[in-house]
Amino acid sequence: MNNELMFFMLSAVILVFSVLTVTTRKILRAAVYLLFVLVATAGLYFQLNYNFLAAVQLTVYAGGIVVLIIFSILLTSHISERAPIASAARAALAALVTVAGAILTLITVMQFTFRPAGIPPISPNVKNVGRALVSYGTDGYALPFEAISILLLAAMIGAIVVARKESNNQSTK
Amino acid sequence: MAFDIYDFTSLTSSIHEGLATFLPPVGVLVAEWLLVGISVLLFVAVFGLILVYLERKVCALFQQRLGPMRVGKWGLLQTVADFIKLLMKELITPNKADKFLYNLAPFIVIIVTFMAIAAIPFAKGLQAIDFDIGVLYVSAVASLGVIGILLAGWSSNNKYSLIGAMRSGAQIISYELSVGLSLITMIILAGSMQISEIIQAQSTGWFIFTGHIPAIIAFIVFLIAGTAETNRGPFDLAEAESELTAGFHTEYSGIKFAFFFLAEYVNLFIVSAMATVLFLGGWMPFHVGSFEGFNAVMDFVPPIFWFFGKVMFVIFVIMWFKWTFPRLRIDQILTLEWKYLLPINLLNILLMTLIVLMGWHF
Repeated sequence: MNNELMFFMLSAVILVFSVLTVTTRKILRAAVYLLFVLVATAGLYFQLNYNFLAAVQLTVYAGGIVVLIIFSILLTSHISERAPIASAARAALAALVTVAGAILTLITVMQFTFRPAGIPPISPNVKNVGRALVSYGTDGYALPFEAISILLLAAMIGAIVVARKESNNQSTK
Repeated sequence: MAFDIYDFTSLTSSIHEGLATFLPPVGVLVAEWLLVGISVLLFVAVFGLILVYLERKVCALFQQRLGPMRVGKWGLLQTVADFIKLLMKELITPNKADKFLYNLAPFIVIIVTFMAIAAIPFAKGLQAIDFDIGVLYVSAVASLGVIGILLAGWSSNNKYSLIGAMRSGAQIISYELSVGLSLITMIILAGSMQISEIIQAQSTGWFIFTGHIPAIIAFIVFLIAGTAETNRGPFDLAEAESELTAGFHTEYSGIKFAFFFLAEYVNLFIVSAMATVLFLGGWMPFHVGSFEGFNAVMDFVPPIFWFFGKVMFVIFVIMWFKWTFPRLRIDQILTLEWKYLLPINLLNILLMTLIVLMGWHF
């Protein structure tokens, strides 16, 4: 009962702010509504006792991605800017795609039979998370971990190259 | 009602059972929400006021002045009077500001501090939530505060506010890394992220002593980065009075300004409390090896006094920073973080791992 109460509250927050995110005409407000959606999702993870994922959700999505989005909005847009209202044809197309996507998702969820997991639950404490992250056996995540590391390294080098000042003899011209 | 100043577990469980006798489960849940919420609210308001008073007294101490002396004995009621004045001020919203975000920003900043306080252990059993990932939770929640600052700066439609918010944002995002890495260093030593377990692991000695060299390095890095995280001097260029009037909260007045003001001091408390938990043993009394008599005397002091004593010490050190060092420029701040603290931190993690693996800690 208690869990259901929390679930309905968090779901209501997620639904309302998801709709507001895509309907507002002010881009920074959209980012803030998105923040609420992400924080409420973290709340759902807390309800599932999956605290580790919830904290990662807060750090990476709410604290990281949304801050980056807000930063880029701050640097590029002015407070008086409004997104233009979409034309009727575009709105109709978007509605069509949304409804189709919703129906597809609903059908998939309805047809799937949810079973309790057969394997015993592993406590997500520091030791188990660390072990899983760097082991390369059947339960290990060493390869994805390394692949993502290389991707991030490439992104960082790319960002530095883009942001770097030109060398002196070119900038003096 | 059972009450024990050394262990609050019996108090909290007796409150829970007392509520359960005459309320349905949902009622108990809502009543406990309200109780915890009101406690946190009262704590933030009262402790915030005490910290503001302390800040002015500490500042006066370093500048060889007396500080506030007129209102109440030794000026003790000065901050209360200031707060009442703030409550009565007119709330001004600038023209062409984004009203919704402008009003929302102070609430984001203050709610984030409430969320972080929920995981702070004040004494044994006196902790709202004891997550198995407590340390990660506090750092995750604390990283949300910057959003409120960025929104406040942007929605005020004022160039000083915007510049202050950008500086503050860049600074907080950079120093979050150092805070996180120094926390990880101590998690390696503790072997757990659960705050109650971390404190329990320090019953034989605080981590700053048992972890010796890497723990001391991590403590210094944490203090520097924590000071920067809270936007306090010498890292207060986000609100540099002489160039930006007041930075991101220039346009705010009355109670909304008070929210930013209180949140800054409560964040100072949270940083100090985390330093206390991870390095100074939380509410654990000071124990020395096998000196039974000495340890028994130390055990006599209730944990809550140990906790607040240590927190006050860390707060005093951070205030000492503010009134001693000159303000850093933005390039100096970023150089300090990316060229010094970050490499030191990474090496320090390796050192700590080596020491834990070889069993060289006490």
